[in-house]
Amino acid sequence: MTPDDDPGTPASPPPEPPGGQAPARAPAQPRIGVDEWVASHAGRREGYRGPIGAARAQLERVPQPALFALFGVAAGFVPLFTNDGYYLRVGIDTLIYMLLALGLNIVVGFAGLLDLGYVAFFGFGAYGYAMLASPQFHLHWPTLAILPIVTVATAALGFLVALPSRRLIGDYLAIVTLFFGQLFVSVVNNGNRISILGFTRGYNVTNGPNGIANLDPFHLFGHQLESLRSYFYVALVFFIVVLGAVYLVSNSRTGRAWRSLREDPLAAELMGMPVNQLKLLAFAFGAGIAGLTGTLFASLNTAVFSSDFDTPLLIMIYAIVILGGAGSLGGVILGWLIVNITFELLRPNSDPNHATWIVFAVLIATLLVKIRPWAKLGAILAGTVAFGFAVHAIVSAVSPHNIHGQGAVAGSLGRALKHWVVLPAQPLQPGNYALVGLILLVLALTEMPARWRPFALVPTLYLTAFVWDTRLAFEPSITRLILIGVMLIVLMNARPQGLVGSARVEIV
Amino acid sequence: MNLFITELVAGIVHGSVYALIALGYSMVYGILKLLNFAHGDVYMIGSFIGYGVLTVFGGAFSPSIPIGILLILMFLSAMLGGGLLGVAIERFAYRRLREAPRIAPLITALGVSFFLENAAQLMFGANYQSYNTYSWDSNSSGLGVLWRNGFTAPGHVHVAVAQIIVVGGTFALMVGLTLFVSRTQLGRAMRATSYDRQAAEMMGIDVNRVIAAAFFIGSALAGAAGIFNGLVFQQIQAYMGFDAGLKAFTAAVVGGIGNLPGAVVGGLAIGLAESFTIGYVSSTFSDAIVFVLLIGVMILRPSGLLGRAATQKV
Repeated sequence: MTPDDDPGTPASPPPEPPGGQAPARAPAQPRIGVDEWVASHAGRREGYRGPIGAARAQLERVPQPALFALFGVAAGFVPLFTNDGYYLRVGIDTLIYMLLALGLNIVVGFAGLLDLGYVAFFGFGAYGYAMLASPQFHLHWPTLAILPIVTVATAALGFLVALPSRRLIGDYLAIVTLFFGQLFVSVVNNGNRISILGFTRGYNVTNGPNGIANLDPFHLFGHQLESLRSYFYVALVFFIVVLGAVYLVSNSRTGRAWRSLREDPLAAELMGMPVNQLKLLAFAFGAGIAGLTGTLFASLNTAVFSSDFDTPLLIMIYAIVILGGAGSLGGVILGWLIVNITFELLRPNSDPNHATWIVFAVLIATLLVKIRPWAKLGAILAGTVAFGFAVHAIVSAVSPHNIHGQGAVAGSLGRALKHWVVLPAQPLQPGNYALVGLILLVLALTEMPARWRPFALVPTLYLTAFVWDTRLAFEPSITRLILIGVMLIVLMNARPQGLVGSARVEIV
Repeated sequence: MNLFITELVAGIVHGSVYALIALGYSMVYGILKLLNFAHGDVYMIGSFIGYGVLTVFGGAFSPSIPIGILLILMFLSAMLGGGLLGVAIERFAYRRLREAPRIAPLITALGVSFFLENAAQLMFGANYQSYNTYSWDSNSSGLGVLWRNGFTAPGHVHVAVAQIIVVGGTFALMVGLTLFVSRTQLGRAMRATSYDRQAAEMMGIDVNRVIAAAFFIGSALAGAAGIFNGLVFQQIQAYMGFDAGLKAFTAAVVGGIGNLPGAVVGGLAIGLAESFTIGYVSSTFSDAIVFVLLIGVMILRPSGLLGRAATQKV
């Protein structure tokens, strides 16, 4: 299974301590120089029991290049099974987001720098391709020339942006890059009349908010890329090449230096590492990958618009990298799945019924996982149903016209909900107040003593259904952004290392 | 000369709003070393709270109570609401992350900001809402007449009462904050916590209380800034907090982060730079000039205009 598992490669995981050594040590005796987390790590590794634990241990033994190759081969078969444009398009988008996540992973996951202008580098790459291969300036350069030029130019831009904050702590870098991201959008938006300090006439560089259209498709080795299927393969090649490069770099001297920098910059500096140069290098490397991905994105869409590179995309990419766990490839895939399913379910003008089923299913699944004795769970669910009917009965007795409003959810589910959820004739204002109430209730829920929680959970669940039916399901495109924000907050508070990432200690 | 004075007035007014937001940024950063990206959105929420109070009392067209009382009511509710929102954000989003890796609270802050912006858009809609205080002109009370006439600065530049309120209010709040931080016991505890949190804790200071107080005061100032913005510029919108927060944080950095007078100096510098760029060069470049200012300060004086160079402690 692992013919190339050479013990000398840096890819193989560090040898595990022989069994029996760790439990034999007296727990009361701390080892000098060894962090508590490190000491308990061996113990937790032994905790992988059962078939899942065995599979996980096996998986960790496979060298990473083999996994990458396996992934590449598996992904390469995807277009053979489907000719549906939608799935191919989703596949290409997956690869593009994963490429972006790989680049961001270097900056955030390896070097520990917060790059909030990352999307601007993506946009710079896209606009770079757009200007060199479109009727905008009547330039139609060969693709193989554009790719390295744009990648290097974007990396150089990243270098320049990070340069002023090189002497400063990471937070300043965050603010400079965030500002740079905003500036990029604003300059591109106003770039249809750029005049040099107001002295010359306005030149049309970026075509402003209308974007640049009619871009050339990729032209590689004498073939013009026409179909989505060929783009899929090109994206896959990009991904494998970048993945390989990232892998090689991360296992190189530089990669190890980046990680040591992330753990403790001060100690790294004392060990003689050129901290500032390393930071700049990581930053430029990430920016270069974003630029390269931008060219692919631009030629795939055959047009670029400034609004494609705004803050929501930044938050989305961060959510992808962070949800799964920074620094892990599997985490990136998981994060992409979560974010993309959320976005696809809550597309503008999508059928709210699908989303409603999923939302209710997720709610119940969460309760299943979180609430242990079955009797308690049953009581809470039954209580919620009874509570709903009681509220419905009371409202119908007091003001009968306030139960037959129009909810967002239609179909059989909607008809069933009508008998349970109160639907005011004018759902807008009550829905807004209920949303505020729901936020307050959820916050209170996290603070109250555990024995009161089941009682508070009942109205919370009912209010969730109410807000969903009166407000959230009406505006899916805003709801999904709210959900991404909530996911980030909850995840950072519950598991800062991400869903599949491993915890690491920060030595202060 | 006329243009110069117009832009000077606009810059000071704009800068005052930035300065008020920057004060909150600076206080929180000084104590927690946290970039609270959600601070700009507290300012936005404050603006909408004021709008709500204005609407409840008959709107700008027919206020059912005297304008002066209405203004005071708007300020009080926006400051209280903003302050409570700030405390809630700290309590529920940031407190658990104080010992987490540095990047975790920053990403949480982005999440909170994103959440507030979009929740506000869901509730208030994507359109601009208008304070529309022009109509107070028709009010015949003393303040109504004053509101109509305004003042005339040298060079026949019209200065509206709202602009005076903004600059005067900012000045008053700033003086109050300075007195609070330098004279009261809680203010002293705040300075101690900002200087060295662990040592302060060992001296018996309730650090949680100090941090909550810093969030309350900073967010209340942001709420007041939201009202100022509504009074002078009339237009408010759910996404306006992001840009304002960014400019205000830049102001805090330019002035020297953690330094309260520095935040005000930085805010005024940014406001003036922006308004003179709009007046003399082009409105396209107003963001760019602020960015250049930020980069310039970072290269030439990394600790900010009024800040002292900090040594990194182990």
